[in-house]
Amino acid sequence: MPDEASSSTPVVVPLRHPLRWVASAVVAVLVAMFVHTLFSKIPSGQTVCQQVNGQRVCGPQQVWRFGWTEVFHYLTDPLVVQGVEMTLFVTVMAMIIGFVLGLIIAIMRMSSNRLLSSIAWLYTWFFRGTPVYVQLLFWFNIAILYQSFTLGIPFTHAFTLATISSNSIFTVIRAAIIAFGLNEAAYFAEIARGGLLSVDEGQLEAAKAIGMTRLQSLRFIIVPQAMRVIIPPSGNEVISMLKTTSIAVAIGLPELLYQTENIAARTYQIVPMLIVASLWYLAVTTVLSVGQFYVERHFAKGALRTLPPTPVQRIRADFAGSFVGRRWRMR
Amino acid sequence: MTSSMVEISSLRKSYGANEVLKSVDLQVARGEVTCLIGPSGSGKSTLLRCINQLEKHDAGILRVDGELIGYQLRNGKLYERSERELCEDRAAIGMVFQRFNLFPHLTVLENVTIGQVRVKGVNVAQAQAKARELLARVGLDAKESHYPAQLSGGQQQRVAIARALAMEPKLMLFDEPTSALDPELVGEVLDVMKDLARSGMTMVVVTHEMGFAREVADSVYFLDAGVIEESGDPREVLVRPASQRLQDFLSKVL
Repeated sequence: MPDEASSSTPVVVPLRHPLRWVASAVVAVLVAMFVHTLFSKIPSGQTVCQQVNGQRVCGPQQVWRFGWTEVFHYLTDPLVVQGVEMTLFVTVMAMIIGFVLGLIIAIMRMSSNRLLSSIAWLYTWFFRGTPVYVQLLFWFNIAILYQSFTLGIPFTHAFTLATISSNSIFTVIRAAIIAFGLNEAAYFAEIARGGLLSVDEGQLEAAKAIGMTRLQSLRFIIVPQAMRVIIPPSGNEVISMLKTTSIAVAIGLPELLYQTENIAARTYQIVPMLIVASLWYLAVTTVLSVGQFYVERHFAKGALRTLPPTPVQRIRADFAGSFVGRRWRMR
Repeated sequence: MTSSMVEISSLRKSYGANEVLKSVDLQVARGEVTCLIGPSGSGKSTLLRCINQLEKHDAGILRVDGELIGYQLRNGKLYERSERELCEDRAAIGMVFQRFNLFPHLTVLENVTIGQVRVKGVNVAQAQAKARELLARVGLDAKESHYPAQLSGGQQQRVAIARALAMEPKLMLFDEPTSALDPELVGEVLDVMKDLARSGMTMVVVTHEMGFAREVADSVYFLDAGVIEESGDPREVLVRPASQRLQDFLSKVL
């Protein structure tokens, strides 16, 4: 008899958690209150009149508290879109400089040559130790220190191949890219070094034993494995860089925040323009986060016996039955 | 040209003040299996790793197939040659590690093809054909698309042997190939090694498997504290050890 079987072998009853229910209720109410204010209206201070059934009715004008009408209007404004493009361009260029230079510095840091490793250490010390904002202003004002750059024999003026003035090299855009790129290299060097050190020493030995050179071992064996450790913090760095570019407003780089601030100064739509900027930053970081998930999954090959499911696979699995059972259970 | 595959004379190696190899001489004839035995810290792994220069020695002559591995002898001194030349010499010497050291981000098949493709410049189709043949030889042809983490230790070590054989080495080095294995998996790896020995491969094996040494080895070297204490035919050396040190060692491991 099934009843006998269940009574003779005791079944585990999980502990209930009533406080979790109370906390959930409190949080739910707070969220509801906030969402309500998001979509509430307030009087604008102006009076509007309209014709209702042939009669002229006047009353205070009601507008969205958060200025959604203006937000929606300026979200795709050509200047704003140009600002987004500039933000993306500077981010991508700075990250490329940061990754390439950072990897070189990481490898220099691990070199057995004391001079190379000391220089790498000094680089990281300097660029991590001063604010990126200060570095940005430095590169923008570099012409004060060096009026021009000359290609020739070091320490002499005897022979010059070419001379370029600083102002023609360090335009606003290039100053921003160089400042952010060099700063990023210092951080990425540490991330890359951590990644390379995380790979077991035996891997390099095995690669050497089949006759690989140091460069081949790095490229085919060490770096692909280090990527698993390098990618999550690098994703952070990309997202952080995207937002850091906004401080280049200080040198007049026409990026996203610069454009929205300009529009705000012209139209007095201060909060709506901040929301426009925030929505764009959020949209781009969301796309980047999704990209990061797939890159991480790619480099997890071999490290995990089974790869984590993609969001699509997870949703499918949820609808296939484990929806209530696994992820949304609260006791 | 001599008949020896490996010739080592007066090899010295120190880590700082600690001298781990004190003037070691060793000869390995072509097609023969040589076992290096001894207590841990005796220098047997260091000696093995000097043969393919994973460890650089301080002094002494070390030849494989008549060639100095990665050096040039001029005026009584050994000058290091370029990295590329050292790598070429190394590619002809297979090595199997205690901890397998398979490339975890590559499948079994890719582990066996990567050296052929990247180091020897063999095209991918040919490399895969050879890899499949070798995987069949070590009994793992069904596992080619698995990742190393999905295999047992014994299977991983057999893949590691196939990876080394794919480079068509003239000499195979084994650094305690069964020490990291569960006892029931040791046999499958030793069987592959015995099969390899029967096929005429020259092998140098650092091992604690005295049964394997007695059955397969043509000669045995017993190292203690960086010195070769005793060497010779395993049926002689392991059965009637002359030195007190080897008698003590054997009484502990057997």
